[in-house]
Order: sequence, then C-alpha cells, then structure tokens
Amino acid sequence: MTQNNGPPNGPPASAPAKDLARGPALNQTNQVNHLANNLANNLAPELNGSKTNPILAILTGLGLLIFAFLPMILAALVGRSTPYWLDVINTVGLYTILALSLNVILGHAGMFHMGHAAFFAIGAYSTAILNLTYGWSIMATMPVAALAAGLVALILAWPIIHLRGDYLLIVTIGIVEIVRIALTNNIFGLTGGSNGLVGIARPSLFGFRITSPKHFFYFIWIVVGLTFLLFHWLENSRFGRALKFIKEDTVAAENMGVNTSRYKLMAFVVGAAWAGLAGTIFASRMRTISPESFVFSESVLLFTIVILGGKGSQKGVLLGSFLVIGLPEFFRGFEDKRLLVFGAALVVMMIFRPQGLLPSKQARYKLPPAWADRLAHLPKPEANGSNGPGPQNSVAPKKGP
Amino acid sequence: MYDLNFFLQQLSNGLTRGSIYALIALGYTMVYGVMKLINFAHGELFTLGAYFGYTILVTLGLAGSLGPPMAIGLSMIMVLGLVALAGHLLERVAYRPLRHSDRLAAVVSALGASIFLQNAIMLKWGAQYRAFGADLLPNVVFHIRNFNLPLVRLLVFVAAIVVMAILHLFIHRTRLGLAIRASAIDQGAAKLMGIDVRKVIALVFIIGPALGGLAGLLVGLYYGQINYNMGQIYGLKAFTAAIIGGIGNITGAMVGGLLLGLLEAMGEGYVSVAWKDALTFVVLIMILVFRPTGLLPERVAEKL
Repeated sequence: MTQNNGPPNGPPASAPAKDLARGPALNQTNQVNHLANNLANNLAPELNGSKTNPILAILTGLGLLIFAFLPMILAALVGRSTPYWLDVINTVGLYTILALSLNVILGHAGMFHMGHAAFFAIGAYSTAILNLTYGWSIMATMPVAALAAGLVALILAWPIIHLRGDYLLIVTIGIVEIVRIALTNNIFGLTGGSNGLVGIARPSLFGFRITSPKHFFYFIWIVVGLTFLLFHWLENSRFGRALKFIKEDTVAAENMGVNTSRYKLMAFVVGAAWAGLAGTIFASRMRTISPESFVFSESVLLFTIVILGGKGSQKGVLLGSFLVIGLPEFFRGFEDKRLLVFGAALVVMMIFRPQGLLPSKQARYKLPPAWADRLAHLPKPEANGSNGPGPQNSVAPKKGP
Repeated sequence: MYDLNFFLQQLSNGLTRGSIYALIALGYTMVYGVMKLINFAHGELFTLGAYFGYTILVTLGLAGSLGPPMAIGLSMIMVLGLVALAGHLLERVAYRPLRHSDRLAAVVSALGASIFLQNAIMLKWGAQYRAFGADLLPNVVFHIRNFNLPLVRLLVFVAAIVVMAILHLFIHRTRLGLAIRASAIDQGAAKLMGIDVRKVIALVFIIGPALGGLAGLLVGLYYGQINYNMGQIYGLKAFTAAIIGGIGNITGAMVGGLLLGLLEAMGEGYVSVAWKDALTFVVLIMILVFRPTGLLPERVAEKL
C-alpha cells in the first residue's frame, strides 16, 4: 500500500504525519466510494446506449415499412406459394418471441438455461386445456398460460436458482425431460398422452378471427414488436441493470447489496412467463399440440439462437432466429443434410465468432462533465499494488481537486 | 410377484445397465474435470461405438468367420481404438480452438458437434433400428435356483467392470494418471509443475470416448439393437450419473453410474415403467438441491 512517489491526490497539508503512509490509499477508497454512491443514486438512468444515428433510424424505419407490407410484396413475387413463405416467417416470429424470452434468462442474467421448451409447453397446454375442456376463448387463456408457466418456473427454480453454470444447465435439461414425460403419460388425464390435444380454436381479437397465415403474420409480428420493446425497456430498467451487474460479477453485485437470488429468480420467471404466452400463440396457430413439439432438442435450438445471434442482444436474437429457423427453408432440396450442415456451422461459427453475430454492446453510461473530470483524475488501481518504488508507479495528476 | 427372485432380477439388470452408464459417465467426468466443459457430443461417440461394432460384427461378418469369443474380443479392441481416434479428432476440430474463449461458445460448439455427428451417423447407417443378430452370442442362461442370469448380462457387466478397474489403476498408479488428476485440480499449478496440460486434455479426449464407444458396443450386444439417436438419452443419463457421483470425480462416476442403473431398474420394477426416466431426473434435481457437489464426499485430493 505504500507509495514512494508522493500521494497522487495529496492529503490536506494539515494531515498528521502518521497518515502520510496510508492516507492516500484511504483517501482514494473514500473518494471512489463516494463517487460510486453518487453515481448509483443520481446518474445511472442517463443511458447513452439509445442514441442512434439518423441514417440508421431512417433505414430501420424503411425496413419496418417494407416488412409491414411483406404479405403483399410476397404475393407479387412468389404468387401462389405466399402462404408457405408466410408460414415460414411466422415460425421465425414465434421462435423470435421464445428466443427473446430466453435471452432475458440466458443473455441478461447469464443463467445457463437449456429447458425453455418446458415453459413453452406449459403455456401451450394451458391454452389447449382451457379452450378444449372449459371453452375459454384463446385470448382469454393467454394471460393464464403466461401465469401458469411463470408459476411453475417460480416453484421449480426456487430451489435451484443458486446453482452455478453447468449444474443449472443439467437441471433445466432435467426439467424439460420431466415435463415431456409427464405430458406423454397423460398427467391428470388432461394432456392427451402422446397423441396430444386436437382441435384448438383460433384466436379472435375484437371480434376479428385470426385464421390465415396472413392474419397470423400480423398477429405474431406485432407480438414480436411488443416483446422487443418490453424487454428493451426491461434491460435498461433498474431490474435490467441489476441483472447486468450480476452477470458481470455476482460476488461484487452481492457485496453492493443486490439481492442476486431474487433478481435471478425474477428474470427466470419473466422469461418463462413470456414463453408461456408464446405457447398460446403456438397452440392456436397449430390447432394440434403433442409432446413432440416440446422436446429437449427444441430447447437446444432456442439456446443456439440466442448464443449464435449474440447473447444479450435483441437484434442478434432476431438475426439468429432468421438464420436458424428461416434460412434452412431455402435448402429444402437437401432435406436430410440440413442438420448436418447446421451442426458443422455451429462449430465453425463458435470458433471464428464466439461472441455471436451481433453481440450486445457494452452499456455506456453518460457522466456529467464534473464527475467525468474527477473520475479521469483518480489514480489507476494498478498504481496501488506496486512491486517496489519506481517512477512508473506515479500517477501524479496535474490538476488537484 | 414382488418376491426375492424378482428383486434379484431387477438387481442384476440394474447393475448391468449401471455399469454401462458408468462407462459413459467416465468420459463426461474426465473431460469435465480437466476442461470444465460438458462434452455434449459424448453421447454421439457412444452411438458411434455401437455402429462401429455393428459394422465389424455384422456387416463385415467377423462373428461368423472367427467365432463369437474371438470376434467379440477383437471388436471391442477395434471399437476402443476407432472411437478414441474419433474423440481425438473431435477435440482437435471442435474444442481445441475454443479453449480460451467463452464457456458458452464451447457449449454451443459441443452441441453443434453433437448434431453433426448424430446426423452423420444417420446418413451413413440409416434412421432405422439395426439388429445385432440373435446368433451373435450363444443363448446361454445360468440358473441359480429360480434366478436366471443370461450370459450376455454377465459378459457386459464383467467387461465394464474390468475396463473400469484398469482405468482406476491407470489413474491412481501411473505418472500420466497423476498428471490427469493434477490438471483437474488446478490447471495453472499443473502447468507450473511441468505438466503439459494440452497433452493431458488430448489424452482425456482419447480415453473418455474410447470408454463411451465400448459402452455403445456393449449396449448393442445387450439389447440386440441400436439406433442413430440413442446417444442422446444415454448421454443425458450418464451425465446425470456423473453429477450424482460428483462431477470430475472418477470413482464417483463409476458409483453414480451403478446407482443410477439400480435406481432405474428398481423404479421400473416397483414404480412405473413409463415414469422411470422422470424418476431419474427428479432424483438428479433432489441431489443437486441438497448436495450440489454430488453424493461422494468432496475430498479435494481425490477429486479429478
């Protein structure tokens, strides 16, 4: 802790001599703490990340506009196979919703969760059972499906939330297997066993029945948009910042008073509930659901979408969904070799771009000039843990406080 | 129905199945111990072993030309060698370039390798079940009072136990084994002690897959038929076994495998066949909740 080249910030001239040896270090720590507290209390919400450049904004707007008219554009381009391609894009949309919800758990909170299909399944089956057995309308089942998935996630995750990395991974795989077996074995006599449930109704919004691929296109992609906005807002909220902290350094977060278990659990439940909501859409779109739609490999697919796209980055997840779900449709001719190529591509991608295609940018927080100035003049931490005297250890600031 | 005889039947069945799980679990636990990576492609290496065995014994007709004892012995050795080679290639292509990157990247690379291998096996050998042929092993059943013990069950169990005993000696009595144990405890310190950790990783990726491949051949012999995607469920079970025993712990993997086999056989016999897999995972979750480091008490010096 001793510094031979004089205190960088210099204790006040009146400081007693015995403080000279330790004074600077203490002083720095205090100052850093003081700054940190002030930052946390006053400045954190001033996010700088949302600043976009105008050209990009215009391009994004144009892209959205084109996308909004996609059914008409497709009709002009491919004519009679429009419904097929719309179906493909709808599937991409559904996986985007699911992957975005997984992104909260895997990307933002950094929990290795490979059982997302379980909560998707709970949502889909809740909708199917409420609709078929109790005659609820699809839209009415949606919140219940989300709640059911969230509730099950809460109960299941409660005891396991503290497990680290790979242990959590294997437990979530276990959960997805248990759910699948329970569905196959016709649990409570409600799930129809391995045949599943047939004849689920179509959703209707304000009296308008959603039936054709075109209807579903708008329905699904509006939900995708809402999901995007919701999770973007969540990412930059106090909740999202806490998750980011936990992901970067759990111990440090805990020390700063962040209740890590609670935030992780919240992230898990939010992600699971949203997957349940996606389950409602899936059930009403397919009209038939069976355990095969919710197997382990489905979870793996979602996991790879998030990692391939760039975990934590919503745009990355969107791109990942298009690549993993949409792109293979162009190679229908190679039916049996598609998965082979997919597997090899995953390996190659991870070797050359382990961070994913569009990794999330480091969040930048804007400091007011006064704080930025003072931070810039704080000595660097390395200057403290010196291994002996030497001029390289001095960080003598030119401007004192 | 639930008499002593039934119990013994389930016991022998469980021990045999467990010895197979243990063989596969060893591959997971050794790789995890040294690299801290779940080798998701390990299940597919296991399947590969089964299909290599099938090709050697059935397609090439070795069983017919050499007679069963010689043919099975020879096929075991060849499967060990071939799958070891495949495991080594896998490590070089899919894992070595990722040694210093993000953990999740390695996980996804492993998943990719798993998907690739599974589909490669399907394209090469087809999606249908392949039968090992009933005449491969003489259909001998030993009778001890009312208790029946088929020869194949005994053979599988003994083969697995012998191989594990050899591995145990190798890990605990040789310098290479010491190097593996040291690298598992602390890679950095092992490097400072002059251990070439890269070579240790390569070695682990030869031994683990070889054992997994052998397990695949044994499954083919025991159940008489194999399928291209059987590696997935066996892989999951074996990984569960490795965790039950405390992942990274070689003895733990053996014990965990046997325990899991017994648990399954008993669950199947006394509870429900349809729910036995769910039972496995429920027990897994229970163990991780109440004893996150596995059943065997953690002894750092012993922990691989």
